[in-house]
Amino acid sequence: MKVSSPQFKAKVVTALADPHLRDALGQSRKGFVNGRGALVAGLPEFEQLRDQARDVKNHVLAHLDYYLERFEAQVTAAGGQVHWAADAEDARQIILGICQRVGARTITKGKSMVSEEVGLNEALEAEGYQVIETDLGEYIIQLADEPPSHIIAPAIHKTRAQVAELFEAAHGGPRKTTVGELVTEARLVLRDKYFKADVGITGGNYLVAETGSSVIVTNEGNGDLTQTLARVHVVTSGIERIVPSLEDVSLFQRLLARSGTGQETETYTTFSTGPRRPGDPDGPDEYHVVLVDNGRSKMLGGKFQDMLRCIRCGACMNHCPVYGAVGGHAYGWVYPGPMGSVLTPLFVGLDSTYDLPNACTLNGRCQTVCPVRIPLPELLRELRHRQSQAGLRPRAETRALQAWRFVAERPRLYRAANRLAARALKAAGGSQGRLARLPFGEAWSGLRDLPAPEGQTFIEMWHAQKRR
Amino acid sequence: MFSRSAILDQIRRQLGRGPLTPEAVAALEARRPAHTRIAVGDELVERFIARFENRSGSVARVATRGQVPEAVAAYQARLGLPARAAVARPLAGLAWPAGFSHHPGPAGQSEILSVTTCLAGIAEVGSVVLPSGPDSPTSLNFVPDHHLVVLHCSQILRHFEDVWPLVRALPGGMPRTVNIVAGPSRTGDVELTLQLGAHGPRSVHVILVDAPM
Repeated sequence: MKVSSPQFKAKVVTALADPHLRDALGQSRKGFVNGRGALVAGLPEFEQLRDQARDVKNHVLAHLDYYLERFEAQVTAAGGQVHWAADAEDARQIILGICQRVGARTITKGKSMVSEEVGLNEALEAEGYQVIETDLGEYIIQLADEPPSHIIAPAIHKTRAQVAELFEAAHGGPRKTTVGELVTEARLVLRDKYFKADVGITGGNYLVAETGSSVIVTNEGNGDLTQTLARVHVVTSGIERIVPSLEDVSLFQRLLARSGTGQETETYTTFSTGPRRPGDPDGPDEYHVVLVDNGRSKMLGGKFQDMLRCIRCGACMNHCPVYGAVGGHAYGWVYPGPMGSVLTPLFVGLDSTYDLPNACTLNGRCQTVCPVRIPLPELLRELRHRQSQAGLRPRAETRALQAWRFVAERPRLYRAANRLAARALKAAGGSQGRLARLPFGEAWSGLRDLPAPEGQTFIEMWHAQKRR
Repeated sequence: MFSRSAILDQIRRQLGRGPLTPEAVAALEARRPAHTRIAVGDELVERFIARFENRSGSVARVATRGQVPEAVAAYQARLGLPARAAVARPLAGLAWPAGFSHHPGPAGQSEILSVTTCLAGIAEVGSVVLPSGPDSPTSLNFVPDHHLVVLHCSQILRHFEDVWPLVRALPGGMPRTVNIVAGPSRTGDVELTLQLGAHGPRSVHVILVDAPM
């Protein structure tokens, strides 16, 4: 998938001017945030579960080689096959190879962020395969030829009228007006595809080392129809999605839906282990798991290892004030919001993603809700540091920080400068006590006034207080 | 194959170690997780029903397994559905009414209703556990508009974890598919408006049997 993160600022301007998007984002915020809040308030064990989930993920990451090999052995024992993809190109070639070998024409897909990450649809379509996204949200954005704008609600930015227009263009009229009619229409159209499909591709919320199972968690049942009715089931998943045992899946199940969609559970949790067994009346003839690295192993053992705990629930973006204002498309790649602002620079490079770590206010809400306690603000700060080391940050900023440092390391000078500034700003504030223009801060003061300082520094006031 | 060793080598390099020692592997193999389970209370049947209905599932209660065909007929009559269904093999021997036609599956594209057994119910969130096998094709759980599940009260377990020993004890171990289902299919993908019957069943109806299995 193309990276359009360099256009972040331009996209933000467009997004902020879009009233539909504002409505949609406002709605989702209410639903997801309130839903999570109510459930968490009613679950005294929640914080303990978060600690345990963090610990399980850390345990897996520290022994990732072992668990991956164990998973592979179990998949093989169940009659399936594991493929290892070092990068996106590897992943595309592996899946193209499978589709070619089985003589596929129609390919159905359940939701898979990894497949977006490796640009799978484009690669399959370029080879002439018909690829159909079956998650309703993914189906809508496939018709619109857009990337997802949220990892669990990919078409969150589309209004009912826009969906109706897309459906009319794709399926013929008459144009539908209610959500129910639209859902029914998609249901009927996609039914046909499930039964025709040669290959069904799904993601994997978890890969269970103990049993060699891949697990998908959905509300619609599309992933299940995809993987049950196609001749061949292909799972695409990141190497970090391993959990040791079935009991560990149960732990994560208590956190995933509550954190992400604000539900006590999703409707379907499905474990797939190998192809259909002798005597099974249905199920796929072949089962493949493509383990995708694509930059993940490089994050191990360093400052960004914590990010590999992510279970892709969406809580961080649901609670992010920046995501809530600009939506997912502004981020310019597959993963939006706080988790995307960490992953995108690591996966596609620091220079084309410059704005992402800087579009964070470091308010910390994401970290407060992350079910696996990823210190997202810290990681974003670390990325800013790396930008600075790589010489990517503006020279004026570097100079200003150097100047600040020079002053801050000299307490007398620092206090004197502070006194001077406090008095000067008070004078500039005039009788209103407000500053209408800030030097170097015009973008901020162009929209509002800054209350002027009262003429004394904090240290002066502190001493005055102590004397009293 | 090249990627396999490249990835595993890279992982070990980043973690600053070589392959694990046999002792370390033995310790990992001995790991038995004991995570916190949430408080569920003792009224498992009541909790199951409340949770399942809260997620738009429906429940009908019968005294014995022999009354299942009656409950199915009542469901069909209430919704004006034709007297045919995909019925999982373990239920085929029940006394189905004359004129009711059934087959064991798998479900075809025009399947309207299925009746299946299940491995267990889970009180924690109100869900049923459906393993695949010769007598329980997975398509029965997803293709028909209406999915009727026969569950005995004695099958209702407290937590998610309680089901894993039963799954491990199945003949052949972990089946191809295990579905944990909490109510009918739904979507919120258009304007976040909840809509039932996105792709899977529009309605999931549990026939809860009081008598033990």
